Amino acid sequence: MFTPKMKLADLIAANHNIILLLPRFGIPLGFGEKSVRDVCSAHNVPADFMVLICNVYTYDDYLPDIKQLAATDMRPLATYLKESHRYYTLERLPHIEEHLHHIADRIGGRYEQILKQFYADFRNEIEAHFQCEEQYDFPRLLSLQEGIKGKSIAMSHSQKSHGGLVDKLNDLTQIVYKYLPGNVLPEETMELVFDILQLSADIQKHALIEEKILIPYVNYLERSLK
Amino acid sequence: MKPLQSVLIVEPSEIVYQGLRSLLVETGRFNILAQLAEATSLDDRLPSIRPDLLIVNPTLLSSTPKQQLASYARLRPAMPVVALVYQYVERSLLDNFRYVIDIRDTRSTLLATISSALNSDISENDNAGQSDNYELSDRETDVLVLVAKGLSSKEIADKLHISVHTVNSHRKNITHKTGIRSVAGLAVYAMIHNLMET
Repeated sequence: MFTPKMKLADLIAANHNIILLLPRFGIPLGFGEKSVRDVCSAHNVPADFMVLICNVYTYDDYLPDIKQLAATDMRPLATYLKESHRYYTLERLPHIEEHLHHIADRIGGRYEQILKQFYADFRNEIEAHFQCEEQYDFPRLLSLQEGIKGKSIAMSHSQKSHGGLVDKLNDLTQIVYKYLPGNVLPEETMELVFDILQLSADIQKHALIEEKILIPYVNYLERSLK
Repeated sequence: MKPLQSVLIVEPSEIVYQGLRSLLVETGRFNILAQLAEATSLDDRLPSIRPDLLIVNPTLLSSTPKQQLASYARLRPAMPVVALVYQYVERSLLDNFRYVIDIRDTRSTLLATISSALNSDISENDNAGQSDNYELSDRETDVLVLVAKGLSSKEIADKLHISVHTVNSHRKNITHKTGIRSVAGLAVYAMIHNLMET
């Protein structure tokens, strides 16, 4: 498991996906040989929170329990999740769409409309899901963190909708590499498959953080404010 | 050659047992152990019989089926258990089984269910018992088209005059064969393969 004392570069050497998390914490590249603790304190990020997220992204069977959450500085949680949404909606989803459309246009025929429609529906669904969380769940977390109890409402998102979104991304990869004509833009098609798989893996961890950290943490704050 | 999988069938009906037996033997992948007509002594016998797969009529289980299945799992941790259904079985009883075959299943559906039961429980480098036919059967294609059109399992069952349970078993096999889970993804599959003409 990672600790704040370790070199940030060693975390990335152990799991290169962590490099994609840095912008969500506001940490730029070029950190040299500094420890996680030093890099974090230079950018006003609680090191224990960052290490917790990196551990979830790296160790598949790791999940912090409520005691550990209570002992961690969780203030950046809402910001972190929002930044993840930004990365998905403003960078990855448009990037994947651009390549998918390019490939669909080149193949033409019935494939073109079918693929574009599937992706458009998926994108609407996931963006609505993010929006709902940002509108209801994150503000609720923030006010609880400030000690304001407010009305107790059920968190908007559910495991089921996360599972459905991940299924659709995985279905898309299957469709792209199994059923599209293989001779049209093969290199771009393979890159597209990798891009979608990468996004899918990222979103699965993101969903895990929302289901197994955000929700229990909100419930914990609610109980402790009684 | 891959080693044969030993199958124990717990089923009182001779007709049902012989039918299932010949279907499984035909594939050349299974070794069928002697028929057991009741499940009462199964606990004692599992350690010596050592089957790779247990197919059991769920109505033969005791009044505490969950505990009974848990005890089989303790005795033979790698042995999947498949329920064999041909009469009315309580939903709550059936829910204890991950794999269910129905007497009305087609040959390919039945074998696919058994393959997936074995496949998910045997080590990765040993794929004995796994069917190598991944093409959809005609019935599975019928179900796929109706799923793609947005019908529920209940509606599909009514339309095709089969049980909801059989529909779900087809749906499981479709996902197993195509790797596609979502209804939207299955709709894309159906359209790409020109199945949505009618």
